Amino acid sequence: MALPNTASVSGRKSAAKSANAIGSKFGPGDFTGKNSLEFGKDEDLHAYREMLMIRRFEEKAGQLYGMGFIGGFCHLYIGQEAVVVGMQMAQKEGDQVITAYRDHGHMLACGMSARGVMAELTGRRGGYSKGKGGSMHMFSKEKHFYGGHGIVGAQVSLGTGLAFANKYRGNDSVSVAYFGDGAANQGQVYESFNMAALWKLPIVYIVENNRYAMGTSTARATAQSNYSLRGSGFGIPGIQVDGMDVRAVKAAGDEALEHCRSGNGPIILEMLTYRYRGHSMSDPAKYRSKDEVQKMRSEHDPIEQVKVRLMEKGWASEDELKAIDKDIRDVVSDSADFAQADPEPDVSELYTDILL
Amino acid sequence: MPIDILMPALSPTMEEGTLSKWLKKEGDKVTSGDVIAEIETDKATMEVEAVDEGVIGKLLVAAGTENVKVNTKIAVLLADGESADDMNSDQGAAEKPAAPKADADTPAATSNDAGGKARESSNEPTAQGDSKVPAQPKIETAADPDIPAGTEMVMTTVREALRDAMAEEMRRDENVFVMGEEVAEYQGAYKITQGLLQEFGARRVVDTPITEHGFAGVGVGAAMSGLKPIVEFMTFNFAMQAIDQIINSAAKTLYMSGGQMGAPIVFRGPNGAAARVGAQHSQDYAAWYSQIPGLKVVMPYTAADAKGLLKAAIRDPNPVVFLENEILYGQQFEVPKLDDFVLPIGKARIHRQGKDVTVVSFGIGMTYAVKAVAELEKEGIDVELIDLRTIRPMDLPTVIESVKKTGRLVTVEEGYPQNSVGTEIATRVMQQAFDYLDAPILTIAGKDVPMPYAANLEKLALPNVGEVVQAVKTVCYK
Repeated sequence: MALPNTASVSGRKSAAKSANAIGSKFGPGDFTGKNSLEFGKDEDLHAYREMLMIRRFEEKAGQLYGMGFIGGFCHLYIGQEAVVVGMQMAQKEGDQVITAYRDHGHMLACGMSARGVMAELTGRRGGYSKGKGGSMHMFSKEKHFYGGHGIVGAQVSLGTGLAFANKYRGNDSVSVAYFGDGAANQGQVYESFNMAALWKLPIVYIVENNRYAMGTSTARATAQSNYSLRGSGFGIPGIQVDGMDVRAVKAAGDEALEHCRSGNGPIILEMLTYRYRGHSMSDPAKYRSKDEVQKMRSEHDPIEQVKVRLMEKGWASEDELKAIDKDIRDVVSDSADFAQADPEPDVSELYTDILL
Repeated sequence: MPIDILMPALSPTMEEGTLSKWLKKEGDKVTSGDVIAEIETDKATMEVEAVDEGVIGKLLVAAGTENVKVNTKIAVLLADGESADDMNSDQGAAEKPAAPKADADTPAATSNDAGGKARESSNEPTAQGDSKVPAQPKIETAADPDIPAGTEMVMTTVREALRDAMAEEMRRDENVFVMGEEVAEYQGAYKITQGLLQEFGARRVVDTPITEHGFAGVGVGAAMSGLKPIVEFMTFNFAMQAIDQIINSAAKTLYMSGGQMGAPIVFRGPNGAAARVGAQHSQDYAAWYSQIPGLKVVMPYTAADAKGLLKAAIRDPNPVVFLENEILYGQQFEVPKLDDFVLPIGKARIHRQGKDVTVVSFGIGMTYAVKAVAELEKEGIDVELIDLRTIRPMDLPTVIESVKKTGRLVTVEEGYPQNSVGTEIATRVMQQAFDYLDAPILTIAGKDVPMPYAANLEKLALPNVGEVVQAVKTVCYK
């Protein structure tokens, strides 16, 4: 994909290139993810299934929003699926995930149930937060998902705190903190970078650069739009990754997590990705051309790439893929049915969960 | 003319210190910038430099002297051609020239006039800890029902009580750690964390960069994963940089997660005005934080409450904002000698029982209330004084019980007057105990102005004892 300032990225050849080698074993061109770029059949099928699940779920959420079942804000992840699915494939049990408000995909990838997420979107008692959180605020201790945060950039400091706790406990877990190109301009992000580098905290900072902070393109909002360089002042290495290629993401994730687990401190992965839908449901996305969106969909769609590969390699027939699609549609429909039938929270819930 | 060298102040609140060492002796020649002595308080050791050239004529205060008041003459410097004969024999404290007073025809200046000296401040204890001054004045206080009768009491400063609380909880629970600016190597900007680094090491006593927003978020994130951080803000004024993490992340997560995940964390540090530190360093946040569901807000006055409530705050599974006060740090109170003294959060303490009128205060506000009660006692007005101790959840039942008995209520605090803790108490008492009131409730607060620097204006901006006395008389129709 051809994005400004990202000439070095070509997911199909080398997963990514190190943008900054300070204090890291990663030097320009040294990035070794290319060896693991090839997915086997099981990995491709897994990635396909996971990404398709997110896409279908989000499409359904968009539908339910239009029908009035979902209220307030609803930020869809369509187009960015490869980022979270590739990272999740690289992570180990116990690694924590934290993100902002475009969080449905992250929750599904963490293994949280479609029913629980969808019922939260509709504000019902079977939702992950009993209907009290909404689209932007869900959590699962069991799945190591720490939210679900509505204040742009706050999750970066919180994620750094999760990494602090890992180091404090001396365990082997890594915190994976997602934020967008918009959040990357918040001050606390750099306060966190400083502490993470100073204390060598095990954290992968993932900038999901989908090119628009709400309606403002990176070109209009930032003096340095190569986000992988944003840690250079703190000696944090950064890598630009083709975030539309799940294999490139997984390879970069493997390297980054290994970097953290080996005690080298934080690392930044800039995922070059794209959001197909508007910022939220009320955004018609007039700030970009239809052609731009269409080009991204037709040439770089993360799911389509895997689908083509599965068929070319003979790992799945059209019928088998249709069967997967049907399975997923069934799960999503079931979640939508549940989310509409499930009762609203009992009124007594208004005053619960304020204090323990 | 021989030049007097005076005992310098190390901080805005220092009133005395120890002259630990002379580095020059009588007859030594000094030039400006030469270090001539070392002085110390428990907070710091500083070098005294000569600011003029000359010969040390006489050392007036012996090395090792403690409790040397600020502005005491400690040595005399002779200029060229002068001899010891030129020295004035007066060795007493140099008279500080009083600033000419502005016309104090302001209604606030009742019993405490508004000129001259800065507000009363904490008496900095020395490193040896023997210049501690008991909190003033003595009034007969009610027994605390949380302390078993016959318990041995030990005079302790608020500063030591807070440190002891943290140390005890850190010994008890490996998940408790303290982080903040200057908490470790420096031993605490106000020496509250003194000794913790030595006992618990750098893993659990963590110096942070000056980065309130960031480290508050790091603390909350660590708490969400189950650790129990104590986040020290050098002062709560700086916590405004971090208030998003305190409110949006710490206070709301339990609710937003449907009870799955909370943040067991303590945010603590000095709150409110110290002395002469100006508008940006002198704000009381009690009312601010007390508005937030999901937070507990504690603001102790005595050392015993500071200890028992900080221990409770650290154990509490919820985020607790623990508001201390720099002026109170050096004050000494009786603290029960118990292995594990923990007080309940959310429970007021009746500081003094009385029958005529109820005064409710908390934190530093209690210093005005206590003095007013002593004055009023002389005039035959018997005050029931309630120390709220916790601002949220607020122990309104204790206040209302008292108002039912006295029919009159005055609140005292240092914070701004609009939407103050006092106005909240007044509203709720009016709603819940209207029929018991014999007079309108009066609320004494700081003035509705940013804190001024000038000593006389600062004194006017804060509440004073006279205002409290007057308010109590007003509600008693006397």
